[in-house]
Amino acid sequence: MVAYRKNRKPFPWHIVVFLAPALVVYIIVMVIPLLDSLSLSLFTEHPENARETIFTGLSNYRYLFTDYYYSPIFWSALKHNVIFFVIHMVVQNPIGLLLAAILCKGGKIRTFFRTVLFIPTILSFVLVGFVWKLILSPVWGVSKTILNLFSLGGLFQPWLGLEESALITCSLISVWQYIGTPMILFYTALIAIPDELLEAARVDGANPWLIFWKIKFPLIIPTVGLVTMMTFVGNFNAFDLIYTLQGALAGPNFSTDIMGTLFYRTFFGQQQQMPNPTLGATIATMQFFIILIGVIVYMIWQKRTTVYEY
Amino acid sequence: MVDSTVLQKSMQSPFSYRIRNWFGEMIPILILIFWSVIALFPIYLILMNAFKERKAIFKLPFNVPSAETFSLIGFQNVNQRAHFGTYFFNSIFVTVIALLLTLLIGTMASFALAQYKFKGVTILNLVFSIGIMIPIRLATVGILRLMVNLHLTNTLAALIIVYVAQSLPMTIFIVSSFMRQVPQELIHAARVDGASEYRIYGLILPLIRPALGAIGIFTMIPIWNDLWWPLILAPSFETATVTLGSQQFLGQYMTDWNAVLASMTMSMVPILIFYLIFSKQMIKSITSGALK
Repeated sequence: MVAYRKNRKPFPWHIVVFLAPALVVYIIVMVIPLLDSLSLSLFTEHPENARETIFTGLSNYRYLFTDYYYSPIFWSALKHNVIFFVIHMVVQNPIGLLLAAILCKGGKIRTFFRTVLFIPTILSFVLVGFVWKLILSPVWGVSKTILNLFSLGGLFQPWLGLEESALITCSLISVWQYIGTPMILFYTALIAIPDELLEAARVDGANPWLIFWKIKFPLIIPTVGLVTMMTFVGNFNAFDLIYTLQGALAGPNFSTDIMGTLFYRTFFGQQQQMPNPTLGATIATMQFFIILIGVIVYMIWQKRTTVYEY
Repeated sequence: MVDSTVLQKSMQSPFSYRIRNWFGEMIPILILIFWSVIALFPIYLILMNAFKERKAIFKLPFNVPSAETFSLIGFQNVNQRAHFGTYFFNSIFVTVIALLLTLLIGTMASFALAQYKFKGVTILNLVFSIGIMIPIRLATVGILRLMVNLHLTNTLAALIIVYVAQSLPMTIFIVSSFMRQVPQELIHAARVDGASEYRIYGLILPLIRPALGAIGIFTMIPIWNDLWWPLILAPSFETATVTLGSQQFLGQYMTDWNAVLASMTMSMVPILIFYLIFSKQMIKSITSGALK
């Protein structure tokens, strides 16, 4: 670069060549379709010709938020999604942290467990959904037999089929599968803490419990934030597991309906419901803004948090 | 980890300390064993019952198949009714091509973003890093319209294109951070020797091999397991992937327990083997900071 004189510097075509393929794919397949989806939410189908759409401003949103028949479905899907997220936050991430805290001591046995504990995370939602559907099925009766071992057989219920327990059951199945992600991220953060930092505390006679909460945990706060953000984005974008477990109708009686299944049902139509692409786009836009708010909050928080460099 | 304080303490109260120490060692291990059982038990149950006859599935679900209960009827039923061969071909084809394209296109862009200073670097970095956090699924409506316009619905090409776009932001983020660490003297030396910029790109690639391996594994698993895009873009029978194919098969034949368990085994085993082979590299690559 130095060899060229400034006014005779040729246009850097190689930069264009290097960047063009990625940019073209990214813009055509991600950026434009996303903007297209967002803008479609401002249109509705032409009443006579379904192939044409007319600009109707925010009417889809008004319909989504306030329609007598439709808005309760939207609000309950949103509520279920919040519950889904809260269960992940209070069950998945603390257990992930606990397992990581145990694993980070190192050693051969722990390396073995690290490999084993991550296995559910590599399986597909479809597989996980059906596996648990079978296990919880009263026809097979496997769960009842297991509960009987602890003389708790009387507690058995077809949890996936009952309105009051279906959402919690689905969330816990998702937790079962996804626990490997927070575990491995916390694990990575914990083993990066240099031993000298902990040595001083040990010499002072602090017990492991105290060392964990007073020294290690504050140091891995950035990872706690990252895991929270990832859980949030993943949960408000979830679909596969509920679809596999409960179908697109997210039964029983829509009790497991979340944003992803509501979008799918609205966009493609389902049984008595006609497909409505523009309303589907409206739901996707709501998902987009929810996730965007989560990401922005995370980024602002991240800027204010001290990251320790060891 | 026996330092002087610990020794002192253990001398002061040897018995109670030993008990506490024993608990301190055992309880964590017990927790690990407990959660491992929870994690593995469902998988064990599927694998074991896939090789049993129907009666034994219901009577002795927890047992390992024995000479009397062993049966491959489930696998025979699956092969008669579903075309797992096609599904496997589709999944492997889509995953491998998407992965290769992602690595090629992604490393090229990363090279430019890491090595050159030009107007717009910051904006491009920002645009790509937003793509890491905003899931591509939110663009589903637009992507489906795009594929319909291009007459690409129900083709594997549609899936490949979407998977490349989906994997690019993360790939670029990781690879460019690796490329920034390549010593500049090396690149200068190559330029002085008259190497073209394309040649330099080729020289750098082998240097960041660990990052490429990690990206390979971490892009592959979500693509292989994905249900959303096959369901929306390519739901036809000829283009079904393993995940979609087994989803449809399982939904349809839920009452044929042998076939259900066998098909689950068939879609689970390849990914399990892949994981067991690469688990060390996978976890090493995360912990070494390749994916931070």
